[in-house]
Amino acid sequence: MSDVVEKTLTALPSLLSLDSQPGSAKLSSTAKLGNLIRGITELTSKHEEEKLIQHELASIKEQVSSPNTTMRQMRELMVRAVYCEMLGYEASFSYIHAIKLAQQGNVLEKRVGYLAVSLFLNESHELLLLLVNTVLKDLQSTNLIEVCMALTVVCQIFPKDMIPVILPIVEEKLNHPKEIIRRKAVLALHKFYLIAPNQVQHIHNKFRKALCDKDPGVMTASLHIYLQLIQENAEAYKDLTASFVTILKQVVGGKLPMDFNYHSVPAPWLQIQLLRILSLLGKNDQRTSEVMYEVLDESLRRAEMNHNITYAILYECVKCVYTIHPKSELLEKAAKCIGNFVLSPKINLKYLGLKALTYVVQQDPKLALQHQMTIIECLDHSDVIIKRETLELLFRITNAQNVTVIVEKMLDFLRLSKDDHMTIDIVGKVAELAEKYPFKHYSTMNAVFSLGGDMMQPEIPNGFLKLLSEGFDSEEEDRKLRLFAVSSYISLLQGEPSKLPQRFLQVICWVLGEYSFLKEDLEPSVVLGLLTKLLDMKSSSSETKSWVLVAMTKLCWSEAAVSEAQQVAETYSSSFDTTLRQRAQELQHLSRDSQLHSRVLPPGGRLEPDEVVDSSLSFLDGFVSEALSAGAAPYKPLHQRQEELSRSKVLSLEPYGLSLPISTSSCSITDRQSPTLLSTSSGLSGDGTDFSHRGSSTTLRLDGVKRVWGREGYLAQKKPVEEVAQVEVPSPLRSPSQQGDANSCRSKTPTPTANPECDQEKQQLASSLFGGLSSQSSVCLISGAAKMVNIQRFRRKAKGQRSSSTTNEQRANPTVSSASAVDNLLCNNLLEADTEPINSSAKQTFQHPHSLSVANGACDAEAILTDGDPKERNQPLSSEDFVEADDSPPREDQERSKDSCLTPHLPAELSGFSHSEIIPLCSSQSLDLSACHVQTDNSVVLVVFITNTSEDANLQIQVFCVCESPVEEVRGRSVSVRQYSLTVKMPLVHFELVGMLSYSIPAGMPQAMMQFSYKLPLTSFIRPLTVSTEEYGSMWLAFSHDTKQNLTLIKEEREPLTATLNALNKKLSLHVVEIIGVEGLVACSLLQDQPCLMHCRVHAGRLAVWLRSPVPDLPDCLLYHCQRALQEP
Amino acid sequence: MDGWMDGWMDGWMDGWMGGWVDGLLLTIGITSSFQMQFMLLFSRQGKLRLQKWYVPLSDKEKKKITRELVQTVLARKPKMCSFLEWRDLKIVYKRYASLYFCCAIEDQDNELITLEIIHRYVELLDKYFGSVCELDIIFNFEKAYFILDEFLLGGEAQETSKKNVLKAIEQADLLQENIDYQTRLFAGVMVPSMASESSGLFQS
Repeated sequence: MSDVVEKTLTALPSLLSLDSQPGSAKLSSTAKLGNLIRGITELTSKHEEEKLIQHELASIKEQVSSPNTTMRQMRELMVRAVYCEMLGYEASFSYIHAIKLAQQGNVLEKRVGYLAVSLFLNESHELLLLLVNTVLKDLQSTNLIEVCMALTVVCQIFPKDMIPVILPIVEEKLNHPKEIIRRKAVLALHKFYLIAPNQVQHIHNKFRKALCDKDPGVMTASLHIYLQLIQENAEAYKDLTASFVTILKQVVGGKLPMDFNYHSVPAPWLQIQLLRILSLLGKNDQRTSEVMYEVLDESLRRAEMNHNITYAILYECVKCVYTIHPKSELLEKAAKCIGNFVLSPKINLKYLGLKALTYVVQQDPKLALQHQMTIIECLDHSDVIIKRETLELLFRITNAQNVTVIVEKMLDFLRLSKDDHMTIDIVGKVAELAEKYPFKHYSTMNAVFSLGGDMMQPEIPNGFLKLLSEGFDSEEEDRKLRLFAVSSYISLLQGEPSKLPQRFLQVICWVLGEYSFLKEDLEPSVVLGLLTKLLDMKSSSSETKSWVLVAMTKLCWSEAAVSEAQQVAETYSSSFDTTLRQRAQELQHLSRDSQLHSRVLPPGGRLEPDEVVDSSLSFLDGFVSEALSAGAAPYKPLHQRQEELSRSKVLSLEPYGLSLPISTSSCSITDRQSPTLLSTSSGLSGDGTDFSHRGSSTTLRLDGVKRVWGREGYLAQKKPVEEVAQVEVPSPLRSPSQQGDANSCRSKTPTPTANPECDQEKQQLASSLFGGLSSQSSVCLISGAAKMVNIQRFRRKAKGQRSSSTTNEQRANPTVSSASAVDNLLCNNLLEADTEPINSSAKQTFQHPHSLSVANGACDAEAILTDGDPKERNQPLSSEDFVEADDSPPREDQERSKDSCLTPHLPAELSGFSHSEIIPLCSSQSLDLSACHVQTDNSVVLVVFITNTSEDANLQIQVFCVCESPVEEVRGRSVSVRQYSLTVKMPLVHFELVGMLSYSIPAGMPQAMMQFSYKLPLTSFIRPLTVSTEEYGSMWLAFSHDTKQNLTLIKEEREPLTATLNALNKKLSLHVVEIIGVEGLVACSLLQDQPCLMHCRVHAGRLAVWLRSPVPDLPDCLLYHCQRALQEP
Repeated sequence: MDGWMDGWMDGWMDGWMGGWVDGLLLTIGITSSFQMQFMLLFSRQGKLRLQKWYVPLSDKEKKKITRELVQTVLARKPKMCSFLEWRDLKIVYKRYASLYFCCAIEDQDNELITLEIIHRYVELLDKYFGSVCELDIIFNFEKAYFILDEFLLGGEAQETSKKNVLKAIEQADLLQENIDYQTRLFAGVMVPSMASESSGLFQS
């Protein structure tokens, strides 16, 4: 009885919703959504809306979980849930039901289910796995619509790991008779390619088939894939150029069905896609470019209609013309096109015109000249977006003559800017210009610091301080500049310092600490007083305070200052902030002991730029080995510790490694500029909001990055121009008249109202803005490199995120590194005996080697250098071969001179490789031991020569060098050669091998032992790594271990960078990938499989290098050798 | 002397050198994409009508972006440029009657063609609903999604032939028995406050 009641009750909701009658159900389903929507519209407050939606969600939740809800009702519920989510209310309870709907519903319900899934979930959602089976089933369905829906959802979201499950079926669909299915299949493969390129590598030829599909839609879809592929590797698809050109010709010629027309323009999307592909193919390739000139000309000519869509095509066409190998006729036409854009009254076109100008202006600065008046008008445009783009353009045409005006314009913009992102960007640009043209720099930087505030990137103040401390060409100028800085900062501090941004205050502190002695009439106690005020200010961050304390430390050399300093130190030595406490302690101690003070911080002391930093800290080797032998735990770098931490939950089944890398932790010495070091680390936490803001913006982008046209443009022509530009940069001199021009313009910036006088002002502004552009010789474009800095400043956070995500991956995969640590112990069985051993009955008595490889502390455990089968090669004295094999003296001599005939020599198969000198290791009465190492392609072979100097006795020897070796007999007066193939397990600056030789004379006698050691540098394991620039780029991002340093450039007048890199190439056999202007890319690998990349840049007469590698410690160790290599004459 | 030089250089390198090196490498190493990042439809009152995200983002980020963007776009004056620089993306927006269509693209993408993508989508909606108005989209937003998915897939233009898009949609719709769209039904019983939403998008 009760059963019946219960059933009735549970059935009630469905009865109430009148679902038993199909007609009304439909009505009610949409009606419910309608009611909801209208209900919301009638509400007046946000609060009421929230209440209503929560109520709605509660009722949806109740219904979806009821077992009696039909699929039809479910469909309606899902629509409502989607609506609620769109309004910003979470309905995660419905996700699983959306999947269920896609799985179990009929076609219509499925459609809503799939839609809800694609709206609710993102690629990484775990529920997505539940969708795989449904998709699989639908892909195999005979109902075309179901197949379409499955493919559509696959194109939007699909779990990466599950691609192999459906890949064969999707591939099959490429041959489907229906074009819509083929098209969607191609797009699905495109999607797969984007998220997991390796999975679809085998079907590249099927893409070609899709490209040749008779249906234009399928062909268009395949172009998405080709665009992607060609971006990654244009070389591989050059053969398709003609096909793309033919397609474009046909499209432009109107050969496609009318369906594809858009406002009577034939297939504009297709045209644009093809133009993008062509520009990638034709870049830096004259022959390929020639194939496309005709069709580009045709495109430029055809697109004459006055509609947005034709302008869109024209814009792409112009970009293409300026990207591929130039042809003057086309360039001319393209330039005219840009003119049409720029001069258009339509604001959207004007914007695009400016964008196009920005793109081409590095190639053709005169083009900007043609449109100077328009540019100036745009500079005062009411729309901030137009202004912003104009500044971008001006930034690209900055030269020594117009820099002042342009910077002034940028600062004007900054004063009005409210958008953080734009402010950061423009501040970066101004700082960069200021760095580039330092003589106009000073007051600009004050403005930058106060306008940019705490939003700017920390590298800007750092760069500025560096510039100030390193100085320019003349001492006098430097002094003046610094003095000016000191005076202006003093007056700023006397004003209202609480209004200044923290970063600026930090800069002020440093400058005052360092240079206030230059101002002779300034008492240090006055400065100290001002600084103390900063300490008392509530708004000062603790980071700023530590800068203040360091500045005080530098200043407290006079009597009056000391007492004040003492007082301050007293206060802060009990601060909660450890850094502040540390600084206060320094202040206290140094102010007490004036002798120490003057030694640590000599007044007016300058940076010694030529210091050599042994970043591998090899000077500590002795200390480390001592500590280790005393039982200290080996140092582990941070990443390793974290890895171990994450692994510690699992039982470790691997043997404990012996390894202990020498790591180069940055030592925190109480240094003069310590706040700089400090600031970079604390900058992250201090500006948390700023960073997170930028972070969220960058997560939007995938991985595309602004292309810098100038770099990839026609380099052969561009390079000389750039070099000219670099030579021109430092010349600060302007003709007086030009200077006058610039000044007058600065004082009178044009106003938006147009009157004759104003026009004149504009003319003046124009002449000052475009002054340097007309004569080619003084053109000084912001080079590609400079542009890149900016991109980076934009996207700095992106990098951070990427790297953090890679470390996460690493942590997630601890097995990878641990496995490699163990497996690195390779035994190469490459070498075989090539001559018959003299004593063929050599006793095969294998003995366990003594624990052997004890070397200096550093090398010790990780120098697990393995040997292959030791090779035996005993040479009889009087053999013909012997004489031939090495250049030892003629036989008559040999018999006379024992020494010469026993000269150790390299085995023939190794003679082709470079080898080190043969060094005697040790000797006893009857035995000489010497060794050398040979650098073969994939290993280093240690060749040990054992020479039996005794006349008659035969030796029985056994060498333990990591591996045991069979006991051998060496006859009197003969040389036994043994080879050990070495591989590196863990990079070190030097490796020291220790071996033991046990021998008995004559055979059978008690054994004697002899220990020897052999040292070889890391460089003998370094091999050049030949990669392309693109490969280099992608490798760079994948590597997690890095180090940076400034190195000395080789003094050579013309091309110091090339000379330096060549020296590195010669001495360390590093492969120079490419030299681009002032930057160089260098690659090498530790033997065959452990790459290390080096990025160099000439800056301020030094070579700033950045090394990256997947192998910990390799960058540091290699850097040491680079340093050494460049010091040697 | 050794020590302080060391620290100083570290600081400088971290910031500055990180800048240029990665800039270069990002430029050479990673391909750019012309894929659309997301599309938003919202009303003049700032009410979201449709959202399609082509890049994976958390709900929190989506909400934040939507809020900021709606505010920024609504604050723009009518004669201003249809493009916006926003964070490091380009926003292309266009207003049709009471409804704003707003797309986010990468900086190197072509703004004008994006504007035309929006226009083509409106054309498709117009053809499908027959002189479309905001109400059609509000009440039949799932249809609007279906059309969008048929036109743009994964942020790329999938099918640019108007006929083909509508054919695909209609084929699926045919299965929908003989349902007459209830939209029409509700357009009649209109709430007074919704008057603006019922004006055709193509009127302006």
